[in-house]
This record gives sequence, C-alpha cells and structure tokens, in this order.
Amino acid sequence: MSLTNPQSQRPAFTLLVPLRKKHSGDAPQSHTGPSSQDLLRHSSTGAWADKLFRGVVTLCAFSIIAIVLLIVAELVSQSRLSIERFGLNFFTGHDWDPVAGIFGATPFIYGTLLSSLIALCIAVPLGIGVAVFITEMCPSPLRGTVSFLVELLAAIPSVIYGLWGIFVLAPLLRTIVEPVLAKYLAWTGFFSGPQYGIGMLAAGVILAIMIIPFISSVTREVMLAVPSSQREAVMALGATRWETIRTGVLRNARAGIFGGIILALGRALGETMAVTMLIGNRPEIARSLFAPGYTMASVIANEFSEATDDLYVSALVEIGLALFLVTVVSNIIAQMLIWNITRGHKARAHA
Amino acid sequence: MRNGGVKYTRIAADHFVSGLSYLAAFLVLAPLTAIFGYCIYRGAGSLDIAFFTQIPKPVGESGGGMANAIVGSGMLLAIGSLIGVPLGVGAGIYLAEFGSGKLGNLVRFTADVLNGLPSIVMGISVYALIVIRQKHFSALAGSLTLGIMMVPIITRATEEMLRMVPPSLREAALGIGVPRWRTTLSITLRTAQAGIITGVMLAFARVAGETAPLLFTAFGNAFWNLDPRQPIAALPLQIFTYAISPFDDWHRKAWAGALVLVALIVISVALVRWVAGRGILKGSS
Repeated sequence: MSLTNPQSQRPAFTLLVPLRKKHSGDAPQSHTGPSSQDLLRHSSTGAWADKLFRGVVTLCAFSIIAIVLLIVAELVSQSRLSIERFGLNFFTGHDWDPVAGIFGATPFIYGTLLSSLIALCIAVPLGIGVAVFITEMCPSPLRGTVSFLVELLAAIPSVIYGLWGIFVLAPLLRTIVEPVLAKYLAWTGFFSGPQYGIGMLAAGVILAIMIIPFISSVTREVMLAVPSSQREAVMALGATRWETIRTGVLRNARAGIFGGIILALGRALGETMAVTMLIGNRPEIARSLFAPGYTMASVIANEFSEATDDLYVSALVEIGLALFLVTVVSNIIAQMLIWNITRGHKARAHA
Repeated sequence: MRNGGVKYTRIAADHFVSGLSYLAAFLVLAPLTAIFGYCIYRGAGSLDIAFFTQIPKPVGESGGGMANAIVGSGMLLAIGSLIGVPLGVGAGIYLAEFGSGKLGNLVRFTADVLNGLPSIVMGISVYALIVIRQKHFSALAGSLTLGIMMVPIITRATEEMLRMVPPSLREAALGIGVPRWRTTLSITLRTAQAGIITGVMLAFARVAGETAPLLFTAFGNAFWNLDPRQPIAALPLQIFTYAISPFDDWHRKAWAGALVLVALIVISVALVRWVAGRGILKGSS
C-alpha cells in the first residue's frame, strides 16, 4: 500500500477491518456482515435495532413476572369456591370427606410439617457434617469427586427416590430399623404400633436424603465466604482444627447455614412424588412415626385427577395455594440470610 | 502441637469431630451408591431390545417396553426447551445488560420464587390455565410446564456467565462502533456460550425426571402418540405407574426405566461438569 494512495487518508480505525472496495451507490452490500464503518454510517438503524433488542430481552424478563402472577391468579380464582365455603375452617378442620363435601386440611398440614421436620432432624447434622468434611477434612484429590457425588443426589429424580424407597428403604425400615426403635424407644410414643415400613418415618428419611445436597452446598458456600483471616486468627491462638472450624468458620457462617436449612425446608415441604410413594396416604393424625400419613403435595397428586365436583377440585387447589405461599415465604427468608453472608463478604466476626 | 498447654480433652474432641465428619460423608454417600447400585442391579436384567422398541403390554402378558414413553419424554423435553431456552436466555441477557436497577432485582426475585415453586403447584396451575380450557390433557401442556420450570435456572445461569465476561471485550467492541445489540450477541454471548450451555443442560437434567407436573398435563398414554395436542406418555410417569402397581413384571420394567432415566441424567450432569472444568468457566458452576 503506497502512501500516495488517497485511500490512506481514511481514519486509522478502518485499518482494523478490511478496506472496502469503492462501490457505486446501488452495489450489493458485502456478504460478510456489516463492518464497523457501515454501522457507524447507519447509526440511525443501529439505534433502532438497539431499541428492538432491548425490547425483546425486556419482554423475556417480564414474562417471568407475568408467569408468576398468572400462576397466583389461577390458584386464587380456582380455589375461590373452597375459600368462600370454608374460610379459615379449611385449615383447622380434621375431616376430609369428598363424598359428603367436607374438606379440612389439618391432616395434610400435619403430615407435611412432620415429614419435613423428621427430614431436617436427619439432614441438618449430616449436611453440615459432609460440608465440613469436604472443605476441611477431605484429602484434596478426592474433594472434587466427593462434592460432585453429593450434588448428584440433587439431580436424581424424585420418582426414582420413590421407587428405591418402596423396594429397598421400606423393607429395610420394616425388618431392621423399626423393630429396634420400637424395642428401645416405644415409651416415647413416637415409635409404637404396627410396623409397615411405609409411613411417616420412611417419608422423612427419603426427604432427608433428598435435601442433604441443598444444605451441604449452601454451607460450603458460606464457609468459603468467611474471610481466611478469621480462621488464621483463631489458629494463631493455638486452637485445634475443630475449634478453628467451630469458632472461626461455622460461627461466622451460621446465618448463611440457617438460610440453607430454610431453603432445604422449602424443598421438603413441596416435594411430591417420593413422599406420595412412601408415606402411606392416609389422612390421619397419628402420634407414632410408624403410622401412615398424608401430605399437602401428595393429596394433590393422588386425588386431583379423580376429583369430580367443583368443590373438591377447588379444595385441592386451595391446598396448592397454601403450599405456594409457604414455599415463597421460606424462600424469601432463606435468600435474605444467604445473601447477607455471601454478598460483599459481610461476615461478621464473632470469634 | 501438644506442648503441654493443649488439654487432652480438646484433642479428643478434635478427633471425635473428625470421625463424625467422616461418618457423615459415609452416611450421605451410602444411599447414593445404593440407589445407583439397585438401578443397575435390578434394571440391567430387564433391559432388552423390546424395552426400547415396543409399547407396554396389558397386565398379564409378559414382554413389551417403554418405547412410547421414551419418545414421549424426548418430545416433551424438546418442545419444553423450545419454550424455556429462548425465554431464559433472553431474560438472562436483560438481567446482565440492563438489570442493575430495581426492576432487575424484581425480576431476579421472581425468578427465585419460580425456581422454588413446588413442581406439583406448577402442574395444577398449568392444568387450570390450559387443560381446563382445552378440556383435555395434552403433550403441549406438559411441555409448557417443563419449559416454564427451565426458565429460572437458565436465566440465572445466563446472567452469571455474561457477568463473567471481562468488560474490556465489550468495551473494545463498542469502541470500534459496533452497536450494543451486536456486541451482546456476537461478543459477550459468544464468549459465555459454554457457560450458558452448561446452565441449559442443568435445567434439562432437572426437568427430565419431573413427574409431578406431568400428572395433570401430559397425563400419560399407554399407546403411541406423536400429536402434541393429545395426552402423551413420559418415562418418569411410566416409572411411577409401574412402581406403585402390584405386578412383579411391571416392577422390573420400572427399574429398567429408572436405569435409563438415571443414566441420561448422570451423563448430562457429568458432561456439564467436564465442560465446566475447562476454559472461562473454571471455578464456577
């Protein structure tokens, strides 16, 4: 390229893109897409395209809000019949009698809360324990594998937990675990009565396995967010490894860990298939954990497609609405607690 | 460092807790191993060519397979992805590019709400929205449910990945006069491609095994169906139906179906992890 060429008078940035041949006005445009120069020249179309682009992605984003609003609106309008008929008695009534048209949701609320509580009792220590194991104890070559395997638990479909529960866990509970519990702990009243295997205890255990990955991954995340100076300071005072973890890490991360537990609780409350397959599906409030029960999610799964009259459907949708509200509230609490810890490293020092 | 100052009780506590954490890891990994083990042990024996090529036989007749359910699941997931992926990626772009204000936070919050929604509630909502109006169950309603469930996962993954693209790349493109939409699509999105595909695969793996939202939307079908307006069979639904049945032959089929489903999901999750361990994604996901 000679310097005498008048083309070299172009602004420097054109060198970044191939120089375009001179065309007459009606010559076809290059097929390699617009060059930066074209785009500058046609800046008015660029602005138009920008607005269109922004409009399209904004529409996508707002469709999420629209979907959630639509879900709420449908749940409320479909359950209106039941809300008007029963009012607050819906949540205090004990009888669930579709034939007589009497619907009280207490047995389902009890079953949902109790099975989730059993799950938390088992999953919280195990989830935190496995998080401590992965971050602090595990030999580093194994660390990635172990955390992958724990997270894999969250990827297994609910129906497969249910299948495994029916054919493996329930017989195990019936033949080994429940007789032992009945022998030593029957005096509490929680472990008495006939041992079916399938029942509240089985549902709680399967839920525990399902929510462990949520607790452990959040716990790991918040443990890593604790500044290492905290840990080092405690170590420098001569603490053992456990004391370092307890006072330097876990204590600073406790709000976040609590958030993880609430998140897992939200999952447990709404879990459907595995629980439906294992809880026994009987709308009764029994003290013994061996007895069958029923949950809010599983009554919808079992009875929704055979609900014939409008009031029956409406009552089931109202249970769905209640489930929706409970999980939304628990998610909000969980998110706030986790954000406090992981955003901006606001972990407070308690050591 | 046992230089006299450290009490033995403290050392004992340390060892005790170490032991407990090993025990916790064992107790968590044992069910995982047991589930995989049983799926292979009980499922592999029942897997044969007929499983993949035939439709279910009536009770009492042996043989038959789940071909219609496998194809049905594929169809539900394909249509679901067509709905969920563009919506999720679009919303993710909005959050990463324009979503720094209050509106962005509102969208983020709503996406989290949608993500935490119990799948059975999603099922009855779509039932009320579509099935009641159409007056019959359809594959389309099932796909829509799965699609909606994919959206929040893909949205958050897209946003996260787009934010990881160095701002200098974006600025370089804007600096030579490329318009903003073109910068986002050709530079930012292209750079974050691998990460976004990871998010899509995770969403796919999550909804592939969903049963509860399909109960009242896709409903299940014992026969072949390729019409999206009709009820359709799905692998998880078929496993559920067979698992709670009283027939041994159906139980074997359920295990075989479970093996196929678990293999599909584990392979896609492992693939994601393998891809995510390379390139710009390192340290994330």
